[in-house]
Amino acid sequence: MTNLVEISNLNFGYGSRLVLKGINLAVPKGSLVAIMGLSGCGKTTLLRLIGGQLRARDGTVTVAGQRLNDMSQGELYALRRRLGMLFQFGALFTDLSVYDNVAFQMREHTQLPESVIRDLTLMKLNAVGLRGVQSLMPSEMSGGMARRVALARATALDPELILYDEPFAGLDPISLGVIGQLIRRLNDALGATSVLVTHDVQESLKIVDYVYFVSEGVIVAQGTPDQIRASTLPFVHQFIWGEADGPMPFHYPARTMSDDLGMREA
Amino acid sequence: MERSTLNLWVGVFVLLGFFAFLVLAFKVGNLSAGGNGTTYTLIAHFDNIGQLKERAPVRSAGVLVGRVKSVRFDPVHYNAEVQMAIDTKFPFPKDTSASVLTSGILGEQYIGLDAGGDEKMLKDGDEIKLVQGAVVLERLIGQFLFNKAQDSGADKGAQK
Amino acid sequence: MVLEATLRGIRLVGDRTLRIVERIGATVAFLVMTLVHSATSFRRFDLVIREIFFAGVQSLIIILVSGLFVGMVLGLQGHETLQNYGSEQSVGVLVALSLVRELGPVVAALLFASRAGSAITAEIGLMKATEQLSAMEMMAINPIARVVAPRFWGGVISMPLLAMLFSAMGIIGGFLVAVVLIGVDDGAFWSQMQAAVDFRHDIVNGIIKSLVFGVAVSAIATFEGYEAPPTAEGVSGATTRTVVSSSLAILALDLVLTAFMLKGWN
Repeated sequence: MTNLVEISNLNFGYGSRLVLKGINLAVPKGSLVAIMGLSGCGKTTLLRLIGGQLRARDGTVTVAGQRLNDMSQGELYALRRRLGMLFQFGALFTDLSVYDNVAFQMREHTQLPESVIRDLTLMKLNAVGLRGVQSLMPSEMSGGMARRVALARATALDPELILYDEPFAGLDPISLGVIGQLIRRLNDALGATSVLVTHDVQESLKIVDYVYFVSEGVIVAQGTPDQIRASTLPFVHQFIWGEADGPMPFHYPARTMSDDLGMREA
Repeated sequence: MERSTLNLWVGVFVLLGFFAFLVLAFKVGNLSAGGNGTTYTLIAHFDNIGQLKERAPVRSAGVLVGRVKSVRFDPVHYNAEVQMAIDTKFPFPKDTSASVLTSGILGEQYIGLDAGGDEKMLKDGDEIKLVQGAVVLERLIGQFLFNKAQDSGADKGAQK
Repeated sequence: MVLEATLRGIRLVGDRTLRIVERIGATVAFLVMTLVHSATSFRRFDLVIREIFFAGVQSLIIILVSGLFVGMVLGLQGHETLQNYGSEQSVGVLVALSLVRELGPVVAALLFASRAGSAITAEIGLMKATEQLSAMEMMAINPIARVVAPRFWGGVISMPLLAMLFSAMGIIGGFLVAVVLIGVDDGAFWSQMQAAVDFRHDIVNGIIKSLVFGVAVSAIATFEGYEAPPTAEGVSGATTRTVVSSSLAILALDLVLTAFMLKGWN
């Protein structure tokens, strides 16, 4: 099985601060891979590097056999046409209706007649179960519905690779389950490959094929969901069972309490 | 918003804008006078042009026939060379005279053209030979005082 | 001590100056980028028409009403002053020249900056904050071509039309006060005006001014929105900056343009 996304020996930082250190990662074609970790551990940065929003200076990022590091804007845009991305809160265009949002890329990138666009758009909306809301504006929908519409929009041009940035953030349990199932179903139905960035362990372990755990810029664990659940690594254990204290300390590194409060030993 | 209503409103807006332009051009401005048609240039040299400026009106019998195009000092003759753009609808005979006049006592200065009786007409770039410069109030007063005090042999310093 | 404080003061002035120059430079660079990516706006003019609606049509009411009031005030004040010189019939000249040369372009541009400019900044800033611009970029659509350029051209096209409407409305206002209310002679009002207002030097110059203001306000508004920090304070700060910088730019440019126009362009 070939890899659609490959990252090797990647170091990346903003300014002098390294956010990602020595990342090696592979996403086989057709699979659904999750990148998990705490907020601020660098996983969103990783996703942006795969989407070409950020460029790696050290190490390589390869998508569909093309090196992203030194691509021109034109080449990058050509590659992105084969990509779909679901943003954290959907990022639907607020000035367009649901229908126009889903039809957006078809209108921008293809010369398809309006009747074909209409059929395709309704099919995409039907796939996420929201054919009935086509005339609503994004502001008139609940968060879960907006996320589903965004999913329909991300898959509008049948992408080979779909990137998800925190698809479960801020959803109620039912919407959460629906989105999880949709991500899995769409991946298999379209024959696409998906990369999922999330901190929602329980939901994602149900649907993904493989998991990478990132902590402080380093991949600390990886494996299939079963392997992860059975993992005895203290960090993974703390993360999966949501324990307040453990290897990830409750306290942000600071001076000692007695120093901060000005207490001196006599 | 429906596409057609949007287009309608923008159409109304653009038409209103053009209407405003037409009002400004014809009702407020001087475009209706045909003032911006083709013109020909006449030149005149004056000893003194007073406060005459570029774009000052050129009138004949009180009617606007053109505008002053440029005013410059002529370093050869030590006088002022004035170029006038005159509407081609108004040809003037060769012996036309030009004078710098003032509208009212304190009003703006303009050039007055008095047509002569010549058969031949002035062409583009021709010079008007008969000229009368601006009347400078100080000199007029000086002249008056000078005449009054002539017997007593007043000095010319008063002219200043 | 004193020396140090003085040095610190001078340094602060230098720092501020550099930052302002930097900001102007960045705005101009952004304007050039917008122009480079303007092809889409003209190929798909319906995008621009939409923005003309939001920038131009929606500013109509405030422009028309303000123009009428300003013209009426000019008529009253002008009549009051000119009366002392026995030339109240020149009130038409005064109203028309002040409006066509200065007040029309300048006041319309100031109103436009606070009505439409701030709206453009807020809209683009919010699109950025909600990742709509990133989403667009991930769809291989350049947000400068698709979002910024149409708004820029919508503003540039609307501005001269609004300024002319303002002037025309103001002259009507002056007419109402001077002729209808006070009883200045109708014929003298218009004929003196026509004799004094030159099409090329007054009206066309006024339109040129408003075009320049339109470019300045639209460039500042789009730039501030596009560069706004993606937070609530960021967007509100950017909106304020749009109004302040636009107003200053309008007045400064007006001085430069007026100086050139009065002296001739050589």
